[in-house]
Formats: sequence, structure tokens, C-alpha cells
Amino acid sequence: MHADPAVEVTGLVKRYGDKTAVDGLDLTVRRGAITAVLGPNGAGKTTTIETCEGYRRPDAGTVRVLGLDPVADARQLRPRVGVMLQSGGVYAGARAVEMLRHTARLHADPLDVDTLVERLGLDSCGRTSYRRLSGGQQQRLALAMAVVGRPELVFLDEPTAGLDPQARRATWDLVRDLRRDGVSVVVTTHHMDEAEQLADRVAIVDRGRVIAEGSPEELCRDGAESSLHFEGPAGLDLGSLLKVLPDGSSVAEPRPGTYRIEAPLDPQLLATVTAWCASSGVMPEKLTVQRRSLEDVFLDLTGRDLRS
Amino acid sequence: MTSYSPAPGAAPVGRMLLAQTAFETKMLLRNGEQLLLTVVIPTVLLVLFSAVDVVSVDGPGKRVDFLAPGLLALAVMSTAFTGQAIGTGFERRYGVLKRLGASPLPRWALLTAKTGCVLITEVLQVALLSVIALTLGWSPHGNLPAVVGLLVLGTAAFSGLGLLMAGTLRAEATLAAANLVFILLLLAGGVVVPLSKFPSGVRSALELLPISALSDGLRSVLQYGAGIPWSDLGILGVWAVLGLGAAARFFRWE
Repeated sequence: MHADPAVEVTGLVKRYGDKTAVDGLDLTVRRGAITAVLGPNGAGKTTTIETCEGYRRPDAGTVRVLGLDPVADARQLRPRVGVMLQSGGVYAGARAVEMLRHTARLHADPLDVDTLVERLGLDSCGRTSYRRLSGGQQQRLALAMAVVGRPELVFLDEPTAGLDPQARRATWDLVRDLRRDGVSVVVTTHHMDEAEQLADRVAIVDRGRVIAEGSPEELCRDGAESSLHFEGPAGLDLGSLLKVLPDGSSVAEPRPGTYRIEAPLDPQLLATVTAWCASSGVMPEKLTVQRRSLEDVFLDLTGRDLRS
Repeated sequence: MTSYSPAPGAAPVGRMLLAQTAFETKMLLRNGEQLLLTVVIPTVLLVLFSAVDVVSVDGPGKRVDFLAPGLLALAVMSTAFTGQAIGTGFERRYGVLKRLGASPLPRWALLTAKTGCVLITEVLQVALLSVIALTLGWSPHGNLPAVVGLLVLGTAAFSGLGLLMAGTLRAEATLAAANLVFILLLLAGGVVVPLSKFPSGVRSALELLPISALSDGLRSVLQYGAGIPWSDLGILGVWAVLGLGAAARFFRWE
């Protein structure tokens, strides 16, 4: 295992005309891990990934992939890096298996094509040409093409966009197996649960910069207030509850009879709340602790408004 | 259980080149519209115009002696220019060229494979058209090296123009423009209509077109038994340099 990172991006800037797509982005991708690049549409994820793949030249900053320059050292780098584009990349008239077999032929020591075909369920594509495959089949073929050359590092740009739950699981399982065997994986997504379930490290990108980075657990814990919920009779006197809670807590009744308490979560808090319920003669139903999900973190960081 | 342990590496370049050429050829031969353009249209024109007196031909010999060289020129144009422009334009549009850019295949090898695919197709076209023409009573003259030289230089000229179009225009625009150019040059490039039918001013302009140089050169060798048609080769050479140079300069992969 190498100590140096698989990808090191420092101060990356990329502009298209007067629009700045990436604005001083820093990102480190560890070897042998799954790194998710998470962000809203237009955040600069694809531009960043495509710069790492050697498709774009940085306007400023440096990009090192496996210690090499993706543009200047492209020749050495290409066989070592697997690429799954967000869409396309296959001859319209090609059949899935023959396209994969052709891609394998460009590599010195590829995976066994038949095994990979079976694993990703591409055998069902038969003689259908690429343009008539379903979106999910096209995605799985692109994934297979990215890994068939046995790369050290794989870039997957939204690999599960539009997949049904089964195909999504199959993709995740394959990505986990890549990690098991020492392949470094970078995956862009805007599915929070995907990042949460799959990634060892998550980088949240917004407006061309990384605004948070860490393991999913770290991100969910950082500055996170968990909340306590219970149901009871409507219209309880929340003022008296707030008095017994620690400073800075908040209490709300979002719907009649449903209560939400935001406060640093510890056993004492539970004891305080249940004691208050007992003294008020209230039976707290459905008492639950809700931890912040990555989605909450993401929305807190990037805002809840829809962007045009 | 499959191991995904990294074992990266490019295949030997000869193997990649062979694989890519074979794959491109397979894709082309499977494409119905391409076959219509490269095989059906030249064949139908050859048979039809040899049998029926709808166009007045020029020069010595039978009708087929005039028509066969023109349709060989048309075959080269259909594959190297029209077919290649449309095919490559859509490969660019669908990200095929982009994705291949991330594969171990070098760009020069991709272009070499494309050229190989064009040449293979042309060999098949020339063989087919020659057999049909011979059965129609064609009696070609002339030396083989001059014919091969014309075909190769014509291929280079049309490839440059086709790739220039594919690499700069949108795929739909390429589709429309390449077909339009094909029809215009078919009619006004000395393929089936002799250039002598045009007014002399127009004619001297038309003679500078690559299709006219190719059909005229092939005709002077095959129909008239001339030696090496230097002026036609010269015109094709200029087009080849201009077209390939502009394609190399302006081609965009995405």
C-alpha cells in the first residue's frame, strides 16, 4: 500500500468563458479507499473529475493522479486509470458484450469478460445495440468498461444515476470488491445515501470548492445537534420543559401532538425529558432519537433552496 | 471469486491497432445507412446508367468504360468523405472519441485504425464495382500504380475534409452537409455527367474539385490509357494537405 495519495488536487481553478466552474478546489483521495464527491448539480464535480482524467487543463492549481500529471503524463496514466463517463462513450451500433470485449483487448491483462458480464447482468443484453439498451444497462456497461482493464484507480461519474435498486446494489457491491482488492475509487454522486453507505471519505463540493470533508460519521457528528422526538397530547406547556433543559436547547411542536427537542444528546437529556413527562402526567409515545443524516449535513451546508 | 487486484497495462500497440481497425470495420459494415451510401448507390448507378441511355457519356468505348472510373471515384468519396464524416461526427457526439481518449489507445492509433477501416471498405467496393463493370463489358486500360496512387491520394483528400467536418460541426449538421455535398459532387464532379456538358467557365472551376480530379484522373488512365495524370494527382495532393492540415488544427474531440 502506498502512503502517497491516489489523487491530490490543490487550488484547482477551471473557467468556461466568464463562468467559474471550479474555484480553488482542494481534494485528497486516499489509496485503496472509496471517496465520494458529493454536491448539487453544477457544483463542479464533473469538471474536477474530468480534470483528473486529463480531459481539461487547469486554469490554475495543480492536479496529481498516482503522482503524475494527467495531461503531460497521459500516456503512462491511461492504462492505470479506469474511467466511467456520466453518459455515452459507446458506439451506437455496438452490442454490450462485444464493446466490453473490445475494451478488454486494449489492455495487457484484463479481467475475464464473461465473468464480468455475468456479474453485472449484461448477458441479458444479447444482440441489442447500445442505443436500444435501457439506461441501467448502458450504465452497467460503462461501469464494466471502466474496470475491465484492472486499473489502480477508478473514476465513476454518477454511476448509479437512473438505476433501479437491484442494479444499484450490484454497482455498490462491485465498488466494495474493488476496494477490498486495493483499487482506489472516486465516485461522484448526489445521492446522500450512496455516499453514506459506500464511501470511506466524503468531500462535499459546492460552488466549485470543497466545503466539508471527512468520513460520513465525522461529517454527521461535526457540530451536529441530534434531536429527540415524541408524541403526546397536543398543546403541552413547552415553556416549563424548556426551563429544565440545558441552555441553548429548543423545543417545538411541528404538528399538534408531535414534539421535537433539539439539544446535545446524552443520557441525562433523556432522563430530564422523561422526568418532565412524568411530572406532567404525560405518556411519551414513540420516543425516538434522530441522528443527523448526511442529507441534513449536506442541506445545511449547501442550502435548502432549489437552484436554477 | 474474481479478484480485481490492479494489473494495469496497455496491450501491445500492434494488437490495439488491429483490434481497433477490426472493430471500426465491423461497426461500419453493420450500419445500414453506410452500406446504402458506400455499396448500394454506386452499384445501382453503375448498372442503371450502363444499361439505360439517360446520361450522355464521353470518350471512347462503351458506356461502362466512361461510367466505371467515375463510380470508383464516387466509391472513394462515399467512404472516405461522407461515411467517415457522418460516422465520426456521431462518435464524437456520443462520447465515443472522448471515452477512447481515456483508454490506452493513442490518438494516432485511433486515426490509423480509421484509415485502415476506410481502406478495407474501399478494397471491397473496388472489387465489387470492378466485377460488376467487367460483367457489363468494361475493358479498362492503363497502369495499376497510377490507379492505386489516385485512389490513395483521393482517400487522403476526402478523409481530411470528412474529418474536418466531423470534428468541427454538430453531428446533425455533419449528417446533412455530408449528404448534400455527396449529391452535389455526384452531379457536378464528373462522376456520371461529363464535365464537358457544363459551360466552360463553370467547368474550369469544377475541375479543381477533388472528386473531379479523381474521376478525371481515373478516366484518363482507365478509359484513355494515359500515363500518370500529374495534374489530377497535384490537385488531390493540395486538397489532401489542406484538408488533413485543417482537420489536425481544428478537430475537436468532444
